[in-house]
Amino acid sequence: MSDDTAPDENWGQQFDRLPPTADDRVVEGRPSREEVIDWWDERFGVDPAVFDGYTFWEKGAGKIWAFHGEVVDPIEVEGLGMRILRTRQRHWKPSTNAVQRFCGDATKNVIELSPGEAKAFVDGHDQQLDRWEGDWGYLTAAHEIAGELEPLGVGLYLHGELRSTVPKGRQEELVKLD
Amino acid sequence: MNPLQRYAPLVDDEEAFFAACERPLPSVVRVNTIKTTVARAREALDDEGVAYEPTDWHPGILKLEDSSPGTNWPYFHGWLHGQEEVSALPAIALDPQPGERVWDTCAAPGSKTTQIAAMMDDEGVLVGNDNNLGRLSALRHNAERLGVTNLVVSNQDARNFSMKPFGERTPGKAGSFEQFDRVLVDAPCSCEGTCRKNPDVLDEWTMNHVKSVAGIQKGILRRAVQVTKAGGTVVYSTCTFAPEENEAILDFVLEREDCEVVEWDVPDGFETAPGITEWEGDEYDPSVTKARRVYPHHNDTGGFFTAKLEVTA
Repeated sequence: MSDDTAPDENWGQQFDRLPPTADDRVVEGRPSREEVIDWWDERFGVDPAVFDGYTFWEKGAGKIWAFHGEVVDPIEVEGLGMRILRTRQRHWKPSTNAVQRFCGDATKNVIELSPGEAKAFVDGHDQQLDRWEGDWGYLTAAHEIAGELEPLGVGLYLHGELRSTVPKGRQEELVKLD
Repeated sequence: MNPLQRYAPLVDDEEAFFAACERPLPSVVRVNTIKTTVARAREALDDEGVAYEPTDWHPGILKLEDSSPGTNWPYFHGWLHGQEEVSALPAIALDPQPGERVWDTCAAPGSKTTQIAAMMDDEGVLVGNDNNLGRLSALRHNAERLGVTNLVVSNQDARNFSMKPFGERTPGKAGSFEQFDRVLVDAPCSCEGTCRKNPDVLDEWTMNHVKSVAGIQKGILRRAVQVTKAGGTVVYSTCTFAPEENEAILDFVLEREDCEVVEWDVPDGFETAPGITEWEGDEYDPSVTKARRVYPHHNDTGGFFTAKLEVTA
């Protein structure tokens, strides 16, 4: 039961709310709300105001969820909002769903793909894209649809190659419509 | 026996009813306004060469002229969700508002849940519950693809749904609550209304199943009323024509819980019939006529039943 868990442990069966700032941290290694919001701002230029009204939670080591509401802390449920970020590792990794949801107005580390490249990316293929002169690491891959740029998902850019991280379950969706 | 024969005395036009039940249903998608606008989704479909026609009663619900096997970017982006046209009704009757606390008792795979999230502007507390863990993973997948961030996924038996995880026993604690503003009971049922999509439901139909599922429906609707605050709304819906699973369930719960059936605003241009008060020797509370029945020949959809209840204490 959650009642038996000491407050300084990370417990895999419940969602624990992130501390507001690093100074409020009780559980070792748990990122703060401020650090998570700063990460989206620094990496992709996502306006911190986008996350006003959101609460942030950890379930299992390093898996961070964003929830657009208020619930009691801790809470023992199967899901709480959206998995947005994997932390407790050297390079934090954003999720496909979060990039689609929050990076529509991203200003940094967005790589625009041609129609053919977008299709290959969504099919899960890695591709050589030497034109990128920005940072290495996790990028928002985007393409133009209905006249505007729209995020497709997360690409890992290393040594001139863009690796697709689109999950298998999402790859099939390009051909499914019923 | 074809169970649809039972309902012939209820419909206004028997021939049209049986003829509609034979025809396959068109593919229908709902535009997900959490991730895009109706105009942009339609522009994207136009660009892909996917032919569609908006429904008469809802600009964001589009009938596809044929299922497109080609690439479909708007679907990939979570701008569209396949949802049977008539199944958009319960969320409309529920009328959820941003910031409210809402419980969807039988949520998986999540078409109605995600529609509710969009109507809440993806803000507040939407609890999507299902007793089947396998189906819950479909709910999670759909919700994440559609960009929903106000959903709490829960795995309980709705008949004895516990409010304990939400802080019922610690009312002073931030974020805790004991009751919902609105609850949707889209109940498991015998599903004859989906026969245009899945004709097997007619072969599998038995009276024994109707009786057993009615017990579950009563239990879920009672619990829904109990955990809704006074003045709050409970919507009860099924995709069956069986009065035993529709008006009889309302009648049972009206006698035992503090609630009443109220009218709800059916969209203009969508034809419905009132709930019935007599069936095979049983009589139901007169207020069940405020519930709405949808027959397949009315609007060229599946069959459906939707009732709106107001909780009185």
